[in-house]
Amino acid sequence: MKGEKYLNPSRIPSIWCPGCGNGIILHAVLATLEDLNIKQEDLILVSGIGCSSRSPTYTIFDNIHTLHGRAIPIATAIKLVQPGKKVIVMTGDGDSMAIGGNHIIHAARRNIDISVIIFNNSIYGMTGGQFSPMTPSGKKATTAHLGNIEEPFDTMKLLKGAGANYLARIGTYYYSQMMKYMKTAFTHNGFSAVEVIAQCPVYYGRMNQYPTPYDLLMWQKDNLVFKTQFEKMAEHEIIGKMEIGEFVNENRPSFLEKRQAQLERMIQK
Amino acid sequence: MPNDIWQGAEACAKGAMKAGLTYFAGYPITPSTEIAEMLSIYLTEKGKIYKQMEQEKDHVRNVIMPKVLQRVFMQMEDEIASIVSIVGASMAGAKAMTATSGPGFSLMQEGIGYACMVEAPIVICNVMRGGPSTGDPTKGSQGDVMQTKWGTHGDHGMIVICPDSVEEMYYMTIKAFNLAERFRNPVILLTDETITHMREKVEIDPNAEIEIIDRLQPTILPNIPYLPYGTFKDEVAIIGSLGSGLGTSITGMIHREDGFQSPNFKIGSPLIRRLVNKIEKHSSDLFEVEVINGEAENLVITYGITSRTVKSILDSNYKNVGLIRLKTLFPFHDETIQKLTKNAKHVFVAELNLGQIYLEAQRAIGHRIPVTLISKVGGQLITPDEMIKHLEGSIS
Amino acid sequence: MKAKNISINRKRCKKCGLCVNICPKKVYSQNEADEVVIEHLDKCIICLMCQNVCPDFAIEIEKEVENAK
Repeated sequence: MKGEKYLNPSRIPSIWCPGCGNGIILHAVLATLEDLNIKQEDLILVSGIGCSSRSPTYTIFDNIHTLHGRAIPIATAIKLVQPGKKVIVMTGDGDSMAIGGNHIIHAARRNIDISVIIFNNSIYGMTGGQFSPMTPSGKKATTAHLGNIEEPFDTMKLLKGAGANYLARIGTYYYSQMMKYMKTAFTHNGFSAVEVIAQCPVYYGRMNQYPTPYDLLMWQKDNLVFKTQFEKMAEHEIIGKMEIGEFVNENRPSFLEKRQAQLERMIQK
Repeated sequence: MPNDIWQGAEACAKGAMKAGLTYFAGYPITPSTEIAEMLSIYLTEKGKIYKQMEQEKDHVRNVIMPKVLQRVFMQMEDEIASIVSIVGASMAGAKAMTATSGPGFSLMQEGIGYACMVEAPIVICNVMRGGPSTGDPTKGSQGDVMQTKWGTHGDHGMIVICPDSVEEMYYMTIKAFNLAERFRNPVILLTDETITHMREKVEIDPNAEIEIIDRLQPTILPNIPYLPYGTFKDEVAIIGSLGSGLGTSITGMIHREDGFQSPNFKIGSPLIRRLVNKIEKHSSDLFEVEVINGEAENLVITYGITSRTVKSILDSNYKNVGLIRLKTLFPFHDETIQKLTKNAKHVFVAELNLGQIYLEAQRAIGHRIPVTLISKVGGQLITPDEMIKHLEGSIS
Repeated sequence: MKAKNISINRKRCKKCGLCVNICPKKVYSQNEADEVVIEHLDKCIICLMCQNVCPDFAIEIEKEVENAK
């Protein structure tokens, strides 16, 4: 099947729980890469720490599994040292928005030419189910037994404010749409990020009354609303819903383009 | 060249360029900032571009610009981003360095440990200042010595070298890169505010040929799988760069020979031992010292800026005192110290901290002869007079 | 278009049941051991929802090859 050729057979089956959304995202990434005709030597994958960050290790690509929260400055350096390669970061909601929050904001601000796939399962899965900066308010976690009283980030608004060129949000329920946004992200210049809402059935699901992985996908079907529809909904209708779609699609010059342009200007003077 | 006067930071920056630096990432912090500022100029060849632009536009465009574009200077958002980005750059093939001081050095510890685990050749210049915490940013100290060896968690190897002059800073910076490439490990160039900010005469020909060591590249043979952590030279892994398309897999977890995470005893035990042993087994060669008047009854073990105090005393023919100057702090080689102090009656350890190399020396020498600490903290150097008073206080 | 074959890689399948639940034609079921059983291959409309939702690359739908001419 599409994307399978990029899997490293000596490393699967993955450590992910049955029904985990991470595998669906990995599948979409690899299928998109096959559509783009990416060869092994064209790409470097970078990840942090967490369940989602195991994704690159299951592939045949050059990959670097780094420190919690630090995938993005490492990806920045790799892109600057190997500008001819594609660099894709696979990270989680805790990895990119808690400990890594500062770094993703600056990478977006610099408009560094990397693509970031944020596996957002709204929980810290690897460490056993603690709440993250992306856990919806009111939801339960092992460190929020009465329910999370904090509000989650809106990554799209945050990274738009920071200056990203391309931003999209989707869910694992929408496989084809996910591939479409990933394809745009991977071929877009500057900083691009696709946030994918994913299911964590074992922790988030069980602690929040979603008994099966399918129940979590059904939540997505009922509560992820595409932009055009979301914009038409009344205030009381959007409670509990999440907007999905493409939020930013700009063509501001990337970091490398600006550096090149600066040197060109110096020569022309 | 004769009559050149360089600043310590300048010597470090020039040494890094000579060694082949292609990626610098740092964050401004006193008293190391000058190193970053100078590298931001050297890496972009600003001087050359402006000078040659008038006559040779084509040369600038076709020869200099591509070279400049292969080099990277980054001011990152913090020290953590700086250290991890130089690890990433290094694993992607660059010769990478950062420069910092106490508070930044503390932030970098996790990243340094990561470099040890993945075997990334990197150079960290720590310009010591008054600590602890924010301390005294514009004064020198030697308070971070133990931290260089033990700052990051877990068992790991570390090489720490320490210049005592601006001229030596140049050569030691180059040496730091060479050691990093040879051992595929972080190397800490440990200095302090005084040496980094001072200006003194140097006799350095920047165009002279000097040995530059590059990391080994893997040999890919047909039908033999490429194992980034399964091929070694002298226990140092031979790893292909990210971007070479070999399927190099890198992780900070305990990993198998193909680089895949595999935390278990059978793999972890030999891996950890190899990471430490690849450096430790060369301790005696790596541990470089300078000895002046080594036959004296009273020997002062010291390093960095404090050695200048002792050297000035010896210059004035102060009797019966010799100097063992540590050019390498770690790996510390006990037998070398034991041999050098074999005939001494009294050993002193002089440092701008409350006793760090003192602990190493005391362990090495044992109770055979008295080992006395001469220490000063709070932001001032030990003056020659103070040194003499300390030595006289204990010399019968 | 019909499905010639559905192959389930049993070494990869983690028996999560996503394919079973998502199939609009109820092609699959799960037995007492939670193993996925292909009940009605003939009902498959090759929507590929099962193949795309499987987190473990365990399902592959083979389309029937059209006769030449």
